[in-house]
Amino acid sequence: MSESPLVKIRGIKLEGRSDEKWNPIINGIDLTLARGEVLGLIGESGAGKSTLGLAAMGYTRDGVRISDGTVEFDGIDLLKASAAVKRGLLGKRIAYVAQSAAASFNPAHKLMDQHVEGPVQHGVMSRSESEADAIELYRKLRLPNPEEIGFRYPHQVSGGQLQRAMTAMAMSCRPDLIIFDEPTTALDVTTQIEVLASIRDIVEQFNTAAIYITHDLAVVAQMADRIKVLLKGDEVETADTRTMLSAPTQDYTKSLWAVRSFERPNKPAVQTGSVPVISVQNVDAAYGKVPVLYDVSFDMHSGRTVAVVGESGSGKSTTARCITGLLPPTAGQILLDGEVLPPDYRKRSKDQLRQVQMIYQMADTALNPRMSIGQIIARPVQFYLGLTGAEKRRKVDALLEQIELEPSEYYNRLPSELSGGQKQRIGIARALAAEPKFIICDEVTSALDQLVAEGILRLLARLQDELSLSYMFITHDLATVKAIADEVVVMKDGRVVEQGGKVEMFKPPHHAYTDLLLSSVPEMDPDWLTNLLAQRGVDNIGDAAVDKM
Amino acid sequence: MIWLIGALVVMAGLAWGFRFAGQAATGNAPKFRDMPYGVAYGYVLGAAVLLWLIWAYMQGRSDDLAIANKFFFLRIAIEGFIIFAIAAWLFRILGRTVGTAWSKKMFRSMPLTAAFGILTILIYAILAIFAGVFAPYGQEQIIPGVAANIVPGGDPALGGNPDFPLGTDQIGRDIMSRLIYGAQNTVGIAFATTLLAFLLGGSFGFLAATLGGWLDQLLSRIVDVLMAIPSLIFALLLMTIASVWAPQLGIPLTVFMVVIIAVIDSTRVYRLARAVGQNIVVMDYIEAAKLRGEGLGYLVFKEILPNATAPLLAEFGLRFCFVFLTIAALSFLGVGIQPPLADWGTMVRDLGGFVNYAQFAPLAATAPLLAAGAIALLTVAVNFVVDWMLQKSSGLKE
Repeated sequence: MSESPLVKIRGIKLEGRSDEKWNPIINGIDLTLARGEVLGLIGESGAGKSTLGLAAMGYTRDGVRISDGTVEFDGIDLLKASAAVKRGLLGKRIAYVAQSAAASFNPAHKLMDQHVEGPVQHGVMSRSESEADAIELYRKLRLPNPEEIGFRYPHQVSGGQLQRAMTAMAMSCRPDLIIFDEPTTALDVTTQIEVLASIRDIVEQFNTAAIYITHDLAVVAQMADRIKVLLKGDEVETADTRTMLSAPTQDYTKSLWAVRSFERPNKPAVQTGSVPVISVQNVDAAYGKVPVLYDVSFDMHSGRTVAVVGESGSGKSTTARCITGLLPPTAGQILLDGEVLPPDYRKRSKDQLRQVQMIYQMADTALNPRMSIGQIIARPVQFYLGLTGAEKRRKVDALLEQIELEPSEYYNRLPSELSGGQKQRIGIARALAAEPKFIICDEVTSALDQLVAEGILRLLARLQDELSLSYMFITHDLATVKAIADEVVVMKDGRVVEQGGKVEMFKPPHHAYTDLLLSSVPEMDPDWLTNLLAQRGVDNIGDAAVDKM
Repeated sequence: MIWLIGALVVMAGLAWGFRFAGQAATGNAPKFRDMPYGVAYGYVLGAAVLLWLIWAYMQGRSDDLAIANKFFFLRIAIEGFIIFAIAAWLFRILGRTVGTAWSKKMFRSMPLTAAFGILTILIYAILAIFAGVFAPYGQEQIIPGVAANIVPGGDPALGGNPDFPLGTDQIGRDIMSRLIYGAQNTVGIAFATTLLAFLLGGSFGFLAATLGGWLDQLLSRIVDVLMAIPSLIFALLLMTIASVWAPQLGIPLTVFMVVIIAVIDSTRVYRLARAVGQNIVVMDYIEAAKLRGEGLGYLVFKEILPNATAPLLAEFGLRFCFVFLTIAALSFLGVGIQPPLADWGTMVRDLGGFVNYAQFAPLAATAPLLAAGAIALLTVAVNFVVDWMLQKSSGLKE
C-alpha cells in the first residue's frame, strides 16, 4: 500500500444541537479507506454511523457541526474546501446511496431523467451518452428490462429495483467513493440478496471504494473487507472482516455476535384434543373488492408461540386484523376458546375484547404521545378490571415491575422520554394490563437494535412461562422465529404455504418457498453470499426466484 | 427611470466591490469566499434602503413644515417600530428573569417578534378588560362645550387640545375613550365568535374524522356548500336579514352577528379539525383504544384532542384575526356593531374623510388611522405569536 489512502479522517468530532446545547455525537474517530476498499460501519442506532458516513463526504445534516478533526479526500481537505470545489466532488467523485430509495427519488420524474442529471451537470457525459451508460449499468445490476426500466416512474418499480436504480445513479459518474447508508434495511430477505449481490459486483467491477453502513452483522460480513464497530460515538474496534468475525477482541463486539444465539428450548407437542385459544378457520378476507386472504386456517394453543412468517404483502398483518375484528372476514370464522367470535370488533363483548390484545411494530405510534406512562397502562386496568385509586396504582406498579422498569421513575414520564426498547416494553405492559389469554405481536422487534430486540424477546418468553400466554408472532425475520417460536406458519400471497412445529420446519425437506426464505437469511459466514450465488445462479435470486414459485 | 437604472448599475458594481473587499480583508474566509453574487447584491441593496430610511427620517424631523409633513407618517412608523422593538426586548428580558422555571425557559427560546406579539396582546387584553378604569370619558359621552373634530396630538397651534390627546370625533366624543372601549367591544365579540366557531367546527370535524362514512360525507358536503359562497357577501346578506328579524324577536343584532360569523368560520375550522383528526385516527394508539372497546367520547376527548391542540391553537390565533377583521368590515359597512357602541371598524368609516388631509395636515388625517392602526397592530401581533407557536409545535428549526 504505497499510494496514499483515498479517505483519511483524523480525530473527527461532531456535535448535534438539541435543547439549546451542543451534544457530542462522535468523539474523535480516525478512519482510513484505501482505493477500492469496502469498509463496513456497524453499531446500534445512535452510535453515529450515518453521521460519520456523511462526514466522510464533508457534509453534515442540519443541526450538526464538525467541531474538530480533518477529513481528507484524495489529498483535498474537505472541511476547508470551498463550496465550488465541493460541488465539483460531490456526485462526481463521491456518491451517496440512502436507506429509503422510495423516499429519495423524486416521484414526479422518470428514473432516467434523474439518473442523467449528475453526469450532465458535472460535464462527464452528454445526455445521450449518459442514457446509454445508464442502460449498461442497469444491465450490470441485473435489473429486468434494462432498456426500458429507466423510462418508468419510481412508483412503477419495486423497492429492491429502486434501490438498485439508485446504486446505478450513484455509479453514473464512476465515483471513487460511494457511501451506502443502510441500503437494504427496508427490504425483504429475498429482495435483499439480489441488491447485496448487485452492489457487491458493481463495486468490485469498477474498483470503487465504499463505506457500507448497517446494523446487520450478517449483511456487513458479506459486503465489507474491513469492519469498524461504533458504540455511542466511539470506535470499539476495527479489523479485517474474517478476523473480526472469528476473533473479536472487545466485549461489546462479542455481545453483538452473541445475540444471534438466543433460542428457547423446544416444548413438547400439543396434546391432541385440547381446545386452542384462538382458532382461525378457513378465513378469506378482502380490502374492498381486492381479495387478500384465501382459506387461512391455523390454531394457537395456550402457553405457546405461533410465528407467522412471510414477505411484505403476504397477508400476515391482514390475518391479525381479522383476528382482532378490525377487518371482518368475508368467509370463515375465528374461534376463541372454542366459541365463535363476532367478526366485527364492535359486536364483541368487553370480555372477548380483553382476551385478545395486540403489541405493535412501531412503539412510537402505538403510544399516545400526550399521555404519561402511568395513564397509558392504567387505562386498560380501569377499563377492564374496574380498579380505581390506590388499587389501580398498585396494579400499574406491578405491571411496570413485570416489564423490568422501575415504577417510581417511569410512572410520570411521557413516551417521548423513553428509548425505543422501553417504549416497546410499555406496549407490552398495556397489553398485559388487560390480563389477556392471547397477544398478537406484530413485528415487535423489527424496529429495534439487535441487543434491545433480544431483551424484548427474553421478556416475552419469560412472561409466557409465568402467565401461560399464547402469542401470535408476526415477523419476517427468521432469526426471531428460531429464537421464540413453537410453531411456524409460512404465508405467501395470502395463502398458508406450510405450517408445523419449529423443529420440523427448520429441518429439510421444505416447501420450495420456505426453502427460499430460509436460505435467503444472511449468515455470519463471509462466504455465505458467494456460496449461495454459486449454488442458485445469479439469475435465480430475489424477485426472480419468488416469481418462479 | 434613467436614475433608477443608473442606481441599480452602481449598486451592481458596489456589490462586486463589497465581496472583493470582504475576501481581501478577511483572508478569503468561507463567508465571503462562498458568497453568491446575489447575496452580495442583497447586502448592498439592504444598505441602500437603510440609508434612504435614515435620510427620510431626518426629512421628517425637518423644521420646514412642508417637507416634514411629507415624511410625517414614515417618521411615526420608524419611531413606533423602534419603540415597540425596545419594549419587546425589555419584556423578553423581564420574562427571562421573573417567573417560574417553565416560563423562563419559554422566554429564552422566544424570538423578538413573538415577545412583541405577546406584549401587544397583553396590553390589549388589559385595556379591554379594564376599559372603564382607563377611559377618561364614556364611549357614548358627548362632552358638553367641547368642539367636534379636535385634531389628535394635543398641540393647540395645530388645532389640538391637551385635554383630548387623541382628539374628538365628528360629534365631539373623545377618541381615546372610544378606542379603549372599542377594544372591549370589537376584541371581546371577536373572541366569543372565534370560540363558538371552534366549538362547532372542532366537534363536527373530529366526529367526521373518527366515524367517517356517511356522516363524514354529509358534513363535508354541507361545509363545501357553505365555503363555496364568498364569506363576506354571505355574512352581509345574512346580517341584512337578521337586522329585520332582530327588533321583531327582541334579540340584539350582535347575537345574530356572533352566530352568523361563527357558523361561516366554523367551516374552515371543520376542515382543519377533520384533516388533523384523520392523521391522528390512523395511529396505532387509536386502533388500540378502539380494540379495547372505548366509546366515542373517550376517543375524541382523551386520545385525539390532546394531540390536535397545537395546530388548533395556531389556527385559533389566525381565525381570531379573520373574525376580528370581518367584524370590523361589517361594522364599516354599517351592519355590524351598531352605534353608539364604540367599534374600530365604525370609527374608521366615520372619520374616513379626514384621510384626504394627509398631504398638508397629517395630524388631522391621523384620526381615522388610529382605529385602523389598532386593528393592524393586533392582527400583526397575533400572527407573530401564531407563527412562533406553529414553529414550536412543528419542531421546525430556525
